[in-house]
Amino acid sequence: MSILGIPILSLMIFLPVAGILVLFFVPKEREGLIKNFSLLVTLLVFAVSLAVLARFDGSLDVMQMVEKRSWLPGYGIQYFLGIDGISLWLVLLTTFLMPISVLASYSGIRKNIKEYMIFMLLLETGMVGVFLALDLFLFYIFWELMLIPMYFLIGVWGGERRIYAAIKFFLYTMAGSVLMLVAILALAFYNKGVTGEFTFDLLELYRLNMPAKLQLYMFGAFFLAFAFKVPMFPFHTWLPDAHVEAPTAGSVILAGVLLKMGTYGFLRFAMPLFPQATVDLVPVISVLAIIGIIYGALVAMVQKDVKKLVAYSSVSHLGFVMLGMFALNIQGIEGGIIQMINHGLSTGALFLIVGIIYERTHTRLIENFGGLSRVVPLFAAFFMVITLSSIGLPGLNGFVGEFLILLGAFKVNKTFAVLAATGVILAAVYMLWMFQRVMFGKVTREANRKIADMNLREIAYMLPIILFIVWIGVYPQPFLRKMDASVKHLIHQVESRVQVAEKDRPYHERIMARYFETDGETR
Amino acid sequence: MAIDAQSIYMSLKAILPEIVIVLFAILVLLYDLILPDENRGVNAGVAIVGVVAALFSVRIVGTGKIEAFSGMIEMDAFGAFFTVVILVALLLTLMMSRSYNEWEGIQKGEYYFLLLVSAVGMIIMAKGTDLMTIFLGLEILSIPIYVLVGFDRKRMSAIEGALKYFLLGAFATGFLLYGMALIYAGTGNTNLYAIKDAISGGNGAGNVMFLCGTALLLVGFGFKVSLVPFHMWTPDAYQGAPTTVTAFMSAGPKAAAFGAVIKVLYITLPEMYPYLWKGLWVVSVLTMTVGNVTALVQDNVKRMLAYSSIAHAGYILVGLVSGDNLGAQAAMFYLLAYAFMNIGAFAVAIVISQREDEGYDIEHYRGMGFRYPVLGALMTLFLVSLGGIPPTAGFVGKFYLFSAAVKSGYIWLAVIGVLNSAASIYYYLRIVVHMYMLKPGTEEMPVRHVGFAISIALVIAAIGVVNFGLFPKLLLDFAEASVLSIIL
Repeated sequence: MSILGIPILSLMIFLPVAGILVLFFVPKEREGLIKNFSLLVTLLVFAVSLAVLARFDGSLDVMQMVEKRSWLPGYGIQYFLGIDGISLWLVLLTTFLMPISVLASYSGIRKNIKEYMIFMLLLETGMVGVFLALDLFLFYIFWELMLIPMYFLIGVWGGERRIYAAIKFFLYTMAGSVLMLVAILALAFYNKGVTGEFTFDLLELYRLNMPAKLQLYMFGAFFLAFAFKVPMFPFHTWLPDAHVEAPTAGSVILAGVLLKMGTYGFLRFAMPLFPQATVDLVPVISVLAIIGIIYGALVAMVQKDVKKLVAYSSVSHLGFVMLGMFALNIQGIEGGIIQMINHGLSTGALFLIVGIIYERTHTRLIENFGGLSRVVPLFAAFFMVITLSSIGLPGLNGFVGEFLILLGAFKVNKTFAVLAATGVILAAVYMLWMFQRVMFGKVTREANRKIADMNLREIAYMLPIILFIVWIGVYPQPFLRKMDASVKHLIHQVESRVQVAEKDRPYHERIMARYFETDGETR
Repeated sequence: MAIDAQSIYMSLKAILPEIVIVLFAILVLLYDLILPDENRGVNAGVAIVGVVAALFSVRIVGTGKIEAFSGMIEMDAFGAFFTVVILVALLLTLMMSRSYNEWEGIQKGEYYFLLLVSAVGMIIMAKGTDLMTIFLGLEILSIPIYVLVGFDRKRMSAIEGALKYFLLGAFATGFLLYGMALIYAGTGNTNLYAIKDAISGGNGAGNVMFLCGTALLLVGFGFKVSLVPFHMWTPDAYQGAPTTVTAFMSAGPKAAAFGAVIKVLYITLPEMYPYLWKGLWVVSVLTMTVGNVTALVQDNVKRMLAYSSIAHAGYILVGLVSGDNLGAQAAMFYLLAYAFMNIGAFAVAIVISQREDEGYDIEHYRGMGFRYPVLGALMTLFLVSLGGIPPTAGFVGKFYLFSAAVKSGYIWLAVIGVLNSAASIYYYLRIVVHMYMLKPGTEEMPVRHVGFAISIALVIAAIGVVNFGLFPKLLLDFAEASVLSIIL
C-alpha cells in the first residue's frame, strides 16, 4: 500500500525528515508556528501508523507491507522494511507517544525551540526505522542514528548534570552497539561461507544453523548492545542519570520507546538468529532479570527524587519484560510485549506527571511536597490512575502484562516466578508510599498552596494515555490477537532449531560440554 | 620498450593531470610577479582553475591502463582514484587558503605554488610502479610541505613544527631510500612487478637483504602516514603549520603515501603476508589506540585533530592487515571520506578559531553552536562522521574497513577497532558539548567573516560526507575497479 506514491512504511519513517526540512526554513522567532507544525507532523505520522494498523492482518505470521530495494548490491545491503505482530505495537507506541511528547514540550522548553523540534523529529525517524528495518545494515544505521538527537535532547535541554548524563548515555550505548556491528559482519561473512551469498537480509540469516559456540559469541555481542539499552542489571547505571537529567519529553521517549529497542532487539534479532545460545542462556538472563526486578524496586524505594524513583522503577519493570520474553512460551512473550507497551504508557505518563509538577514548583524532591491532592484534585486523579497502572492493579493495563509474564515464567521455573512476584509487591510499596507522601497529608510548604491544576493542554495529552491504560486493562484481546501469529512463529523458529536439552545433566555441565570443549582459533 | 612517438605520447597522456598542475604552478609563480601586493589572493583563483582543469584531464585520460615511461608510472583506475582524492583535498584546501592567508598575513604567491607542486609529487607517488618513481614523488611532495609547515615564520610554533617535521622526515627518507637500495641489492630490480617475480615461489623468505629492505621501506612509509611508533612529528607539525596546510597534510600526503603502501603490499608483497600480518596487526592496534588515547586529553582542537588523524591512519591500516582486496577498497574509500570530513572540520575550525595557537583552545567553542547555527551544524556533521556514526561517509568507511578484517577472520582486530572508534566519540563529542551545551564565556567571541570560497568548500565537504554516507555505491565500485586494476 502506498500514499502519494510513497510506500506506507517509508512514509512513516521519512515524514519527520520532510518536517525537518521545512523547519529549517521557518524563522527561529516563530516559536508558536514551530511547535504547532511539529505537532502536526507527529500527528500525521500517527495517522499513517493507524492506517498501517488498519491494514495489518493479524492472522499472518510473515512480514507485511514489505519494501525491498537494492541499496548496495555488491555487498548484499538492501533497503528492506516490513512489519509483523511483534513490531506493530511498538511502532504504534512510538507514533502515539510522539505527539504527546511534543505537546508536553510546549511550556517546558524555553530556549532554542527550533533545534529542539528538529531533534525530536529526527528521533522519531530513527525509532520508527529501528522497528521496521529488516536488513541488519539498515537496522544498525537507524539504531545509531537515534543516539545523536537523544544525546542533544539530554545535553542541551536537560537539567544540572546534563552533560555528564548525555555523554554517559552516548558512550554506554555506543560501546554496546559497536560490538554488535562486528557480530553483524561476522554473521554476514559466515552466511557467505555457508550459502555463498553475501547478504544482510534478516529473513535469509534466520535460516542459518550456526555451530553452538559461534552462536554464543555472537549472542554475547548482540546481548551487550541490547542489555545496555534495556537496561538489564548490571548494565543499567546510565539510565538513572539520563532519565533524571533529560527534559520531560526526553524522559518520556527514553522510557517509552528507547528502552523497548533493547527488548525488541532480543525478540527480533538475538533470539531467532541464535536459538541455541538463547535457550542455553535462559537461566542466566532470567536470574539477571530477577535481580533487576528486585534491585530496581529496592533502590526506587529509597529515592528522594520522584523522577529518579520512576527511573529505577523502569529497571524493575524492564526486568519483568525480559523474564517474560525468556520464558520462551506464548504467554511469557506476549506478556513481555504487552508489558513493553504498558511500561511505555504508564512510565511515560509518570514522567509527564513529574514534568507537570516540576514546571510549577521547580522541585522534584518528595520532601518538598505533601497534601497536593487538595490543591490540585484533577492532577491527583490522573496521578492516581497512572500510579495504579504502574503497580499492576487488576482492571488496568499493568496487571495484564505482569499476569501473563508470571504465568509464562511459572510454566518454566516456579522459583523464578515466585521471586519475580515479590517485585510486584515491592512496586506497590514504593509507588504508593511515594504517592502518599506527595499527595496526602498536610500541605507542608506554603508555596505549594498556589499550584495551578492541570490545564487543557495537559489534560489533552494525558487523556489518550489514560484511555489506553484502561482499554488494555479491561479488554486486551484486540492487542494480543494481532501479535499471536507472529509470536507463535517466533517460538517455532527458536524451538525447532535447538538441540533438546539433556534434562538429567546439571546446567553448567551441559553448557561446558556444548561451548567450551573444543577450542578454535580466532585472530 | 622501444622509445617511439607513440609511447612518448602515451607516457605524456598518463601524466596529463600532473602536467596541467605544473603548468598552472608556473603560471602562479609568473603571475605573482606582476600582481600588486594587495591582490595576491588572485593566485588562489588561478590555482583553483588549475585543479579543476586537472580534474577534467583525469576524465579525459580515463581509467584505461597506460604503462608510461617504461613502466615507471602506471595510469589506471588506481592512479585515477588517488589523483581524484589528492585533487579534491587540494581543491578544498585552496578554497580555504585565500581568506585564511589574508587573515594571517601570509598571502604570497609561493604558498600556492608550493601547494600545487607538492600535489604533483603526491600524484606521482601514488601512480609510481617503480621504487624510483615512488621515491621521486615522495621528495617532490615532502620538500614543499616542509616549507609550507613553517610558512608563517612569525609564529614560534610554526618554526618548531617545521624543524621537527623536516628532521624526522629526512630521517624517514633515509630509511626509505636505504630500504629501496637493499631491495634492489636483494632482487636486482626496482620495478614493483619485477620484484614480485624475483621473490615469487618462496624466494623472498630467505633473502635477508630483501627482508631488511622491506622492513626499512615500511618504516619509511610508516613515518609518512604517521603510524605508531613513527608518529612523533605529527602533533607538532600539525599544530605549527598554517591550518589550511594542516588540513591538506592530513588528507593529501596521507592518501599518496597510503597509495604507495597499497601498491607495495598488494603488488609486490602478497606472498609475504604470512610473515607480514602480525607486524601490521600490532602496528594498526598501537596506532589506533595511542592516537585515540592521546587525543582524549587534548584541549587544543588542532592538536586533537592531529592525534585523531594518527588514529585514523590506524583504522585504514586495519583494512590492509588481511591483504584482502576488500580491505584495500575500504582503505581507499576511507581516504576520500576522510579528506572530506577532516578538511571540513578544519575549515570550520579556521572560521571559528580566529587566531592561530590560542584560538584553537576548546574553550573558544563555547556556545558557538547556537550563535552560529550553520557552522555548528556543519562541525557536528564532520565530527559525527569522524566518529564513525551513520549515516555519514565516515561510518560507511569504517564499516568496510572492519568488514575486511572480519572477512579474513581478524575478529579481535575488528573488536579493538570498533572499541577505539567508540572511545574516539568522547573527544569528538567534547567539541559538540562545548558548542551546544556549555554557556558561552563572558568574552565576546566573534567568528571570521565566512568568505565565498570557504562556504563553497564547506558545502562540498558536507555533500561529500552525506552523499557517500547514503549512496556509497559509485565510489565503492570505483575503488574496487582500482584495486583490480593493479593486481590483475
